[in-house]
Amino acid sequence: MLAYAIRRFGQSLLVLVLMSFLVFLGVFAIGDPVELLINPEADAVERARATAALGLDKPILQQYGTFLSNAASGDLGRSFVFNVPAINLILDKLPATIELALAAMVIAITLGIPLGLIAGLKPHSFVGRAIMAGSIVGFSLPTFWVGLVLIMLFSVQLGWLPSNGRGETVLLFGIPVSFLTWDGLVHLAMPALNLALFKLSLLIRLTRASTREAVLQDYVKFARAKGLGPGRVIGVHVLKNILIPIVTVIGLELGSVIAFAIVTESIFAWPGTGKLLIDSINLLDRPVVVAYLMVIVTLFIAINFVVDVAYSLLDPRVRLGSSANAH
Amino acid sequence: MLPITRIALAALFFAFLPHAHAAKEREVSIGLQAAVSSIDPHYHNLSPNNSMLLHIYEGLTKRDANQKVVPGLATSWKAIDDLTWEIKLRKNVKFHDGSPFTADDVVFTLKRVPNVPNSPSSFATFTRPIVDVKVVDPHTLIFKTATPHVLLPSDLASVYIISKLNGEKAETSDYNSGKAAIGTGPYKLVEYIPNQRIVLKANYGYWGGEEPWDKVTFKVLSNSAARVAALLSGDVQMIESVPTADIAKLSKDPKLSLTDKVSNRVIYVHLNQSTEKAPPFVTAKDGKPLEKNPFRDARVRKALSMAINRDAIADRVMEKKGVPAAQLLPDIFYGTSRKLKVAKFDPEGAKKLLAEAGYPNGFALTIHGPNNRYINDDKIAQAIAQYYTRIGIDTKVETMLATAYFPRATKLEFGYMVLGWGTESGEQGSALRSLLATHDPAKGMGMNNRGRYSNPELDKALNDALVTMDDKKREGLIQHAAEVAMNDTGLIPIHYEVSTWASAKGFRYIPRTDQYTLASELKPIK
Repeated sequence: MLAYAIRRFGQSLLVLVLMSFLVFLGVFAIGDPVELLINPEADAVERARATAALGLDKPILQQYGTFLSNAASGDLGRSFVFNVPAINLILDKLPATIELALAAMVIAITLGIPLGLIAGLKPHSFVGRAIMAGSIVGFSLPTFWVGLVLIMLFSVQLGWLPSNGRGETVLLFGIPVSFLTWDGLVHLAMPALNLALFKLSLLIRLTRASTREAVLQDYVKFARAKGLGPGRVIGVHVLKNILIPIVTVIGLELGSVIAFAIVTESIFAWPGTGKLLIDSINLLDRPVVVAYLMVIVTLFIAINFVVDVAYSLLDPRVRLGSSANAH
Repeated sequence: MLPITRIALAALFFAFLPHAHAAKEREVSIGLQAAVSSIDPHYHNLSPNNSMLLHIYEGLTKRDANQKVVPGLATSWKAIDDLTWEIKLRKNVKFHDGSPFTADDVVFTLKRVPNVPNSPSSFATFTRPIVDVKVVDPHTLIFKTATPHVLLPSDLASVYIISKLNGEKAETSDYNSGKAAIGTGPYKLVEYIPNQRIVLKANYGYWGGEEPWDKVTFKVLSNSAARVAALLSGDVQMIESVPTADIAKLSKDPKLSLTDKVSNRVIYVHLNQSTEKAPPFVTAKDGKPLEKNPFRDARVRKALSMAINRDAIADRVMEKKGVPAAQLLPDIFYGTSRKLKVAKFDPEGAKKLLAEAGYPNGFALTIHGPNNRYINDDKIAQAIAQYYTRIGIDTKVETMLATAYFPRATKLEFGYMVLGWGTESGEQGSALRSLLATHDPAKGMGMNNRGRYSNPELDKALNDALVTMDDKKREGLIQHAAEVAMNDTGLIPIHYEVSTWASAKGFRYIPRTDQYTLASELKPIK
């Protein structure tokens, strides 16, 4: 297990370095940040000065070398636009994004699994059909459109919820969170629901399919034959067995929900990393783009690790398998 | 009742009004389109920053709603000779911390401007012509320039004065945290969160009088739909840059009021004339290369200008929020010529001119432009393409993100380029110098001349204007330069953008040509 963990850690580092190089090259290929940062009326002297000040006068490989050696000591460069360490900019915004993503996942899980179970156990009932029809809607409507409709309905027409921003935050273990205040909660509700919708539909469909498969299995029939109550049959025998693929998907989707909360963040002006990334790409703020991707890659690696552990707790066979033949 | 008592009663009534008013904190929230990258007034010369910084700091001069230069922290300025300026400073002005404003603060500011570390676009452009500063007394200064610099009063409006007392050891981060963000402006900084919000409160000791607000919150809402939604739901009381597609609907809403003004930004076309042979993306109809560069022929340029129906673009593509352009700035600005008229839409005449120039069957070109930089930029390119197809030019359109577009346009990788230009100085000379003067980076001429148009007569008039201190004479020279360039179709002006603000009922915004959004100009109405 330990050897496996160490090997995986090495692989992760390699992925990180490769990613940084690709991103560095990619942003470099797009063009010259000075062109976008500088006031168009600036003269040649000023252009040359700005290019040198941002370190862009050196060859790309040398710039990358400087970046790598600084990165080894934890310095991912300074934002061209804001003149603060890029990593600070991201870490300032990350709690907001993670909070939004987690809230969305909580909504998706607490609604998605029970609804999926109902739809799977009673596939031909009216309720079951209604749930499935709803999940199709959740799948096919574009996120930005749903977001705007939510705003039009709850903010503009009804005036119940604020249309943008994050609301009041309090410190929890030194991290600002908004779900502990009423103001924060009302600000969180709509964007979280908006972000959750797609995942919710995904979980409903996945749970339903797995449930339908599971109820036909012999061990369920046997459990029923033994005379166990429906609560125990569903809660222990069905649910525990279908949870493995669901946990995997939840883990992967958590990563993507953090990385791709961009649309929701920009519609609700949620001050998270997605919005920061878009703005940084638009201004070719290379250090922020690179640092952001580093953080996200690290996050993905960490989440995958946690998923693997959760997996092995649910199914001991996985634990045995992974140390025997690491994939 | 006797008239006199009626007046007395009315006076009594109004005397009590301000008190009733002051009882409630006067707060307002404003939705901004673009992020403000710093509160350091000398770090990043970009208009969203300059607009925000005007609340906290002031320059020696200011620009009014039409960008005319008016007194700021200086009450007067005059050129003693071609190289010497005397500047009188305003007395009894205090910084936010209560310390007095004097000549030393100006000297300190001028020293700091060119030396801000890591600045991606510095304000040194405005201070570089000043080679020496002498303090005569605490409220009088003598500036020396190396060459005659007629734009000095205008440039000084862009140099925000900071206090020596607080600025001595301050870095950009100290301004952003608010520690050093001490100016003389009408508002004090309370909170700055990059990319999210800026909170200001009134500076009650402001020399310019009382402000309409006690507290102002600016929210960065870069997504247009989010900005409109925030206004409709009452989260903000005003937004800038109303998307043109929503204007018709919003102006019918009785709970809102819209206000607009023609801006200093012109949307125009550069025709790449840099090469003897045809520029990239300009070919014969069968795709074969052209012998000559058609854009070097004034008749072709004129035909391409005449073929565009500017009224239709302003009316339909821009939903009436565009004004057809004949030069680089609307008529209200300094240096514009009344003699220049918008090119008449005349496809038949354009065809004739093309035939005369040796292209009776036209040729093929690709229009390049951004799709996220100017109002409806990609739709403008599409509309132009339709007009060209009509006169027998096979036209393709390729638009891309500004990030990808501008660096390539600067490297002259395109033939036909849709661009925009906002003239912050408010006088046409600087626009002509940047966009149409012969490209010469060493002299700072034609810095953004991506068409590489070159005309000695234009260059001479502009060079003379640069050293002519007499305002009337100089304006004549600039007008002449504009006429030369426009009659020769050095570039193709399309329209001036009209900027639109929308506010909730009970508020009125006084719009500006520089597209700045200033809380001071947002007034409550009864």
